[in-house]
Amino acid sequence: MTGHDHDHHDHHHHHDHDHSELSETELRVRALESILTEKGYVDPASLDLLIDLYEKKIGPRNGIRVVAKAWSDPAYHVRLMKDATAAIAELDYSGRQGEHMVVVENTPDQHNMVVCTLCSCYPHPVLGLPPVWYKSAPYRSRAVSDPRGVLQDFGVALPETTKIRVWDSTAEIRYLVLPMRPKGTDGWSAEQLAELVTRDSMIGTGLPKQPGETA
Amino acid sequence: MNLTPQQAMRAAVAVPGVPRDEDGPVFREPWEARAFAMALALHEAGVFTWREWAETLGAEIKRAQAAGDPDTGETYYQHWLATLETLVAAKGVTTSDVLHRYRDAWDHAADRTPHGAPIELAPGDFG
Repeated sequence: MTGHDHDHHDHHHHHDHDHSELSETELRVRALESILTEKGYVDPASLDLLIDLYEKKIGPRNGIRVVAKAWSDPAYHVRLMKDATAAIAELDYSGRQGEHMVVVENTPDQHNMVVCTLCSCYPHPVLGLPPVWYKSAPYRSRAVSDPRGVLQDFGVALPETTKIRVWDSTAEIRYLVLPMRPKGTDGWSAEQLAELVTRDSMIGTGLPKQPGETA
Repeated sequence: MNLTPQQAMRAAVAVPGVPRDEDGPVFREPWEARAFAMALALHEAGVFTWREWAETLGAEIKRAQAAGDPDTGETYYQHWLATLETLVAAKGVTTSDVLHRYRDAWDHAADRTPHGAPIELAPGDFG
C-alpha cells in the first residue's frame, strides 16, 4: 500500500516491510511516553487507568446496534456479511479513512476471536476505545498460541467440537464478531436484543448475555 | 501519582478547543487519549500551567494553519502532540535530540519485530 498519510493515521500495518509498522504519529507518542516514564513524570499504569474511563464512555454502542440489527433483520444480516463496511455505514457511523470492516459470524461449529498481534488495531468506530487487556502483550501473544486458554481466563468454556478461529487485525482490515443470537429471544425487538450484546462478545472473548441476565 | 477524571475535566475546560462532551474530553483514537493523559501528568507534576499550554498550543495551531492545515478538528491532537514535544524541550524535561533518538529507536524496534509479536523497545534499538 502506498500514499498513506504518516501524520493523520494511526496503527498502520505494512506487510511489505518497506518501512516501519508504526505510523509516524505512534512512533512519536511512544517516544514521548518512554522518555517521560524513564524520568518518572508518567506512570504507564495510571495512563491506562485514566484511558480506561474514556474507553467505557465512548464504548461499543455502535457495534451493539449493528449486532442487534443483524439478529433481528435478516436482510440486514445478509448485507452485513456481504459488505460489512457498507452495512455499518448504513447505520451512519462513518468509518475512518480506509478502514475496511469484516464481520465474522459465530456458529456452533466455529467461534471467532479478534486480536491485533502487532499493536492494537481495533474497530474504533463500532467499539470505541479498546480495553487495556486488548493492548497487553500477554493477550496479543496468547490469543494466537492458546486461544482456548485465553477464553477460559475470560470465563468462556466452549464445546470441544467448536473450532476457535483467531483473526489478526490490520490497519486495512478490522474485524467485528457477530455472536450467536441467544436462545429464548424469539420475537424480541432490536432494542431488547441490544441489551444482551456485550463489548467482549464482539471481540470474541465473551458471549452475549442470556435472557434474564440483563440488569 | 494517579490521574483523575476531575483533572481531565479541568484540563478540557482550561484549554480551548479540546473536543469534549458534558463528562469530559472525547477521543477518536487511543493515541489521542495517551497524548492527552501525558499532558495531564506533566501538568500535575508542575511542568507547565494550562495557560502556558494553551498559548503554546495556540501558536502551534496558527503555524499549522499557515502551512495549510484544514482545521477541521481532525488534526487537533496532532497539534497537541507537537505542543507536548515543544514544551518538554522548552522546560528541560528532555531535548529534541533525545526525542528523535527514541523515535528512531521505536522505528527500529517496529522494523525488527515480526508481525505476530508485540513491539517492545530494547537497548539494541538505539543506534
